[in-house]
Amino acid sequence: MNRPRPEPVQVVKQRRDAALSALVQGVPYIRFLGITLERRGDELTAVLPFDDKLIGNPMLPALHGGVTAAFLEVTAILELSWSLMWEDMESGALDPATLTPETLPKIPKTIDFTVDYLRSGLPRDAYARARINRSGRRYASVHVEAWQDNRARLFAQATGHFLMPSRNG
Amino acid sequence: MTEDIAKLAQQMIEALPHAHALSMRLEKIADGVAEISMPYDERLIGDPRTGVIHGGAVSALMDTCGGAAVMCHPQASGITATIDLRIDYMRAATPGQRITARAECYHVTRSVAFVRATAMDEDQDNPVAAATGAFTVERTEGAAT
Repeated sequence: MNRPRPEPVQVVKQRRDAALSALVQGVPYIRFLGITLERRGDELTAVLPFDDKLIGNPMLPALHGGVTAAFLEVTAILELSWSLMWEDMESGALDPATLTPETLPKIPKTIDFTVDYLRSGLPRDAYARARINRSGRRYASVHVEAWQDNRARLFAQATGHFLMPSRNG
Repeated sequence: MTEDIAKLAQQMIEALPHAHALSMRLEKIADGVAEISMPYDERLIGDPRTGVIHGGAVSALMDTCGGAAVMCHPQASGITATIDLRIDYMRAATPGQRITARAECYHVTRSVAFVRATAMDEDQDNPVAAATGAFTVERTEGAAT
């Protein structure tokens, strides 16, 4: 067996976390909603910490349906962008330390997005994970699931189609 | 009288914290048709390269407008919640321009209200997005069943 020594774990983590942070920090709307990302390897979980400004119906109170839709759409786009930059990031073609909104890979565009509201969003933190069901050269299909207290009790799910950015600029 | 209703409806929209956070303004509301607009805001940018508003903010506008259309429908007065909402994004909204959504509640059953909506920026000939949705209907007390 003669293979190159694996990179030190901290180097790998730092690179991936820096890339992820650049992806989130560059988008004002993600900061406006307060969405953060947690990472395990390449698996992402989006977190939407509860905030009063996310409420739709103050009587219940419940998360605004539009906030739920936005949270799911943000999660889907981040998952796609992350999968697009993963290879370049791991090969070293893309240096996370120098990433700015201008040098980040272009963002996929939403073609359509369908949200299925399963129960009302409670006034507490929400979590979401996206699964890319198909990712072609031009189009991608992504499914997203969101939950609050119990992973198995989704409060919303969504499917969306996206136009992928052209690779040659 | 109509002005009073419009005023009340505007107050209701403003009482929704998220609608308030997005500075939504009620333009029209009557008989199952609602129009709500939202100004351009740099906090809502989804693509920093172009300054285009994030689709999620357009979704929030469409959802609010759809709900308002249901609430002002003669057969579905009262509170409502979204069952499902599909949005088609036809083009990017032009940065700097106000976005106006118009939703029409075109059919109501005892339990479900059906809505279609469009979103426009200042170019009135080319919609930014279109949506279709289903909303819950609370049965009005004493209404014929």
